[in-house]
Amino acid sequence: MQEVTATSRHYVDRLFHPDPQKVLQGVIDMKNAVIGNNKQKANLIVLGAVPRLLYLLQQGLSSSELRTECVVVLGSLAMGTENNIKSLVDCHIIPALLQGLVCPDLVFIEACLRCLRTVFISPVTPVQLLYTDPTVIPHLMSLLSRSPRTQDYITQIFSHCCKSPEHQTVLFNHGAIQNIAPMLISLSYKVRMQALKCFSVLAYENTQVSMTLVNVLVDGDLLSQVFVRMLQRNLPIEMQLTAAKCLTYMCRAGAIRTDDRCIVLKTLPCLVRMCSKERLLEERVEGAETLAYLMEPDVELQRIASVTDHLVAMLADYFKYPSSVSAITDIKRLDHDLKHAHELRQAAFKLYASLGSNDEDIRKKITETENMMDRIVSGLSESSIKVRLAAVRCLHSLSRSVQQLRTSFHDHAVWKPLMKLLQNAPDEVLVMASSTLCNLLLEFSPSKEPILESGVVELLCSLTQSDSPALRVNGIWALMNMAFQADQKVKGEIVRALGTEQLFRLLSDPDTNVLMKTLGLLRNLLSTRPHIDQIMSSHGKQIMQAVTLILEGEHSIEVKEQTLCILANIADGNTAKELIMTNDDILQKIKYYMGHSNAKLQLAATFCISNLIWNEEGSCQERQDKLRELGFVDILHKLTQALDPNLCERAKTAMQHYLA
Amino acid sequence: MAELGAGSLLLGDPAFNYQEAELNERLKRLYPAVNEDETPLPRSWSPKDKYSYIGLSQNNLRVHYKGHGKNHKDAASVRATHPIPAACGIYYFEVKIVSKGLDFLSSLLPLSPIPGWDKHSYGYHGDDGHSFCSSGTGQPYGPTFTTGDVIGCCVNLINNTCFYTKNGISLGVAFTDLPPNLYPTVGLQTPGEIVDANFGQQPFVFDIEDYMSEWRAKIHGMIARFPIGERLGEWQAVLQNMVSTYLVHHGYCATATAFARATETLIQEDQTSIKNRQRIQKLVLAGRVGEAIEATQQLYPGLLEHNPNLLFMLKCRQFVEMVNGTDSEVRCFSIRSPKSQDSYPGSPSLSPRHGATNPNLHSAGKGNTPSHLPIHLPSVDSEMEIEAEHYTNGVAENPSARIMNGTYKHQEILQAQDISLEDSCASRQLCGGNQAATERMIQFGRELQGLNEQLCREYGKNVTHKKMLQDAFSLLAYSDPWNCPVGQQLDPMQRENICSALNSAILESQNLPKQPPLMLALGQATECVQLMARVRSGSCSFARVDNFLH
Repeated sequence: MQEVTATSRHYVDRLFHPDPQKVLQGVIDMKNAVIGNNKQKANLIVLGAVPRLLYLLQQGLSSSELRTECVVVLGSLAMGTENNIKSLVDCHIIPALLQGLVCPDLVFIEACLRCLRTVFISPVTPVQLLYTDPTVIPHLMSLLSRSPRTQDYITQIFSHCCKSPEHQTVLFNHGAIQNIAPMLISLSYKVRMQALKCFSVLAYENTQVSMTLVNVLVDGDLLSQVFVRMLQRNLPIEMQLTAAKCLTYMCRAGAIRTDDRCIVLKTLPCLVRMCSKERLLEERVEGAETLAYLMEPDVELQRIASVTDHLVAMLADYFKYPSSVSAITDIKRLDHDLKHAHELRQAAFKLYASLGSNDEDIRKKITETENMMDRIVSGLSESSIKVRLAAVRCLHSLSRSVQQLRTSFHDHAVWKPLMKLLQNAPDEVLVMASSTLCNLLLEFSPSKEPILESGVVELLCSLTQSDSPALRVNGIWALMNMAFQADQKVKGEIVRALGTEQLFRLLSDPDTNVLMKTLGLLRNLLSTRPHIDQIMSSHGKQIMQAVTLILEGEHSIEVKEQTLCILANIADGNTAKELIMTNDDILQKIKYYMGHSNAKLQLAATFCISNLIWNEEGSCQERQDKLRELGFVDILHKLTQALDPNLCERAKTAMQHYLA
Repeated sequence: MAELGAGSLLLGDPAFNYQEAELNERLKRLYPAVNEDETPLPRSWSPKDKYSYIGLSQNNLRVHYKGHGKNHKDAASVRATHPIPAACGIYYFEVKIVSKGLDFLSSLLPLSPIPGWDKHSYGYHGDDGHSFCSSGTGQPYGPTFTTGDVIGCCVNLINNTCFYTKNGISLGVAFTDLPPNLYPTVGLQTPGEIVDANFGQQPFVFDIEDYMSEWRAKIHGMIARFPIGERLGEWQAVLQNMVSTYLVHHGYCATATAFARATETLIQEDQTSIKNRQRIQKLVLAGRVGEAIEATQQLYPGLLEHNPNLLFMLKCRQFVEMVNGTDSEVRCFSIRSPKSQDSYPGSPSLSPRHGATNPNLHSAGKGNTPSHLPIHLPSVDSEMEIEAEHYTNGVAENPSARIMNGTYKHQEILQAQDISLEDSCASRQLCGGNQAATERMIQFGRELQGLNEQLCREYGKNVTHKKMLQDAFSLLAYSDPWNCPVGQQLDPMQRENICSALNSAILESQNLPKQPPLMLALGQATECVQLMARVRSGSCSFARVDNFLH
């Protein structure tokens, strides 16, 4: 060890020689000594070679040959371990190299770019360093035309340093598309490939870039056509996959229609092929994720994918890693399999989720795939958060099926792991899990009973207090589903656990969805006469207050309609009726809505009045008189002439009650 | 298809002919390895191999059902005129459902009522989306299909699998371990059902060529990565020997010596022998056949006497070259002084470009600029210079001429030198435009006729000879022999055949192989690929020898 350090020191010492010629020879010898020798690289860094090399590099007196050799050595050092990169970055190698790009010497520029490339593609380098000096990006753009090498390195740097919408915008604003597009038909495969990668990064979830890309011409061809040509099956997989990504991102951004031939007949089949057993594990993960993303919003694409090349069955294979064979025969392979096993599983779950998000037949096909439900159930409790999230997404997608809720969901008791998942999970997972739970709590779901017994109410009530609107919606939504046609005990439990205070807080929630579901919950709570009377007797005052507030506030038609429906339910109660009858303010409001321009609101208000005048017991005469006094009969008369047949019918029925 | 008009289906219809031409072109492109003389491709449904419930129309491409369609017993099918040749490698056809109710589609061997239900038959049924393999019970396979859908069937004869497509989307493998000799087939069962077949008449909805390109790349990759393991050295020696013998065969003396030196191998034939052959070849290729005959007789006495056929061919060529004005027997009458014997107007390297696949080049040769005439090279040691610069390492560029010399990319050079060519105009005339020369030619023709008669007496009638002689004499019937129906003979490219025949004969007489091993190997590989087609190994279609000759 001592000896090695001694020789290394000798290399460093030579960099300080007064004769520039000797220094040059020293750098060249150092270059030859470090190639492929990680130990030597580490030694030289420890001994302080980097600052000296950087000094020589920036020193105006250095010959261009010396400066180039210095950069080559630095590039070689960067090729070593991540620690090497860290040391180089700490020595401020990036600004020094970027400064070097201003030099007119192409060989030197290429050496600098090569080294910068190696530094920037490392995960330990902060990408922000590329953007600190605003002159850097425009200068790199101008260097793109210099040589195939500059094109190769610069596009690699861009691809690795474009990690956010802001980065995309910076590159876009500096003409990345116009500058890089011609490289797609370069004679060099490397350059074509790097340009393609760069576009995939630029277009990802970026509408502005995607919309620009569709109109770009390369040598007379539309860019989408160029990408389609890159999907050809005889080309390297890397190119096919990346081109498919570009087209996918353009499609998701709305730049290409989902029924375009290039998506249906080219991109989608290509991505399905990427999921096949013949592909590498990494390619299968990327293929499945991209495909899931492509068809997520489009049921037609989901239908096509579900019949393409047995995709649904093909995905089942993603769960077979590490395979039993690899464990015994090949340690290396086992290691490789293990590394990718999580990624494969989450990708498959994502793709299943996307496939099954709309079509009932596809959901059936998925659940009938070998051991599918078992796999989801075990996926829900995997250690990898990515897998858990993907599994619950998949479960959520399948839970939209009435049939599956009735059968496979119940058979496999998916609610158990789901409940467990809800106890302690990051928001992302919670949103999906609670949304799934909403579906499991639908009245026809056989899982509803056991879930109720597991004490889910407290959990859901706590969700309604979350900062995330999505969680609040899901919490209240689940409670709403739970309250639907529930018995008195459950309703009482919900009201008790939620507390009126929280209920009213939710009624003034800034999120309309939360408000709607809360009103829905109230409506479900206030159904069947005994329940109405009981709840109104204990919480009548507050509820009437809340109803008044909403009817007076600035709300959408849907919200007001829902509120009027609650009033109608209240009006259906025996004792609860009086809360309306004694409240002139509310009666005036009902009258107002009966004359509203929106037929839905008119109908709901008429329902309410109809319930009030409903004659069943003796007390109706008094109410009818009061209502007549207030002018409701005239309004009902008018409404019997209404254009809306439902409204007309309802008004007529109400009038008959009067006559009876 | 709205062509219900009476005349539209007649053979003479231009639209039909156009479709026929398109079909031929597409089939040629898709299945280049298929020899249709041996194994014709399916082009329509067979009016013979069908059930009586099946009606055919529109050039036997449209199928309609005319039975009762009450139960499965009323099902009927029709198959294509021919089975799928193995040399297709990958075969594909499509069927469009014109009128609803189609249940069955398949590719199958015997004629059975419902494709997929009988032994060795395979089908994909539209009513339930199931696939049927030699039995009445199906497996869930794909979606159902109905009116307006285009269903395709792809048979992969490399791995013996089959997949179907629906509206251009692959539905995945349906069957494995398929037997050979499958026929495209459709089966129908409901009255009013109509389907139209596309065997290549129209572009396919599914991109079959893309699928083929993947398999082509796979097979080329397999060949490129063929493991040679320990035998690397052995292979190298074989390859070096191939190159060396090829160079020697064609008399590229200097190159062969240089190659032998570099690779430390030995040349079997001695230098003088190679040089002699080279000299004779150069004479033939320069069109100086008379001198070539003389030189052969002098250097290899008895050779031509024992090969009267070869001698006759040479003499015929000599006659043609006399017409051309290139043979020395007529050249000596030329106004200009004859060129010295040593500065051969052309070396083998300057043999004309093989234009067989390039008609434009041909007509140029017969056109105004006599670009294929002997060229005087400025340099004395022309041979080496040209070799160094323009040889493409002895690999034939054009497969059609592979038994002959390699082809050289010297077009530009030829043209550049054409301009300075002094006697370019004179040579356009018969025998160089010289009266005495013409008389000599006529006389030579008579001698040739005599030789033919003599050969007939000795060896009996020879049709080839007769034809050769006729063709040669026909040249005289035209005022401009270069632009006449038999003018092809004057193309200097025609010298190569006879040159190689002479070369082979000489080598044989020296107990050396009359063909270089490289050519034998090439011929064997070509033959082998053809044999693969006959034994139904589908990969042959993507392993064509000419794919590897650049």
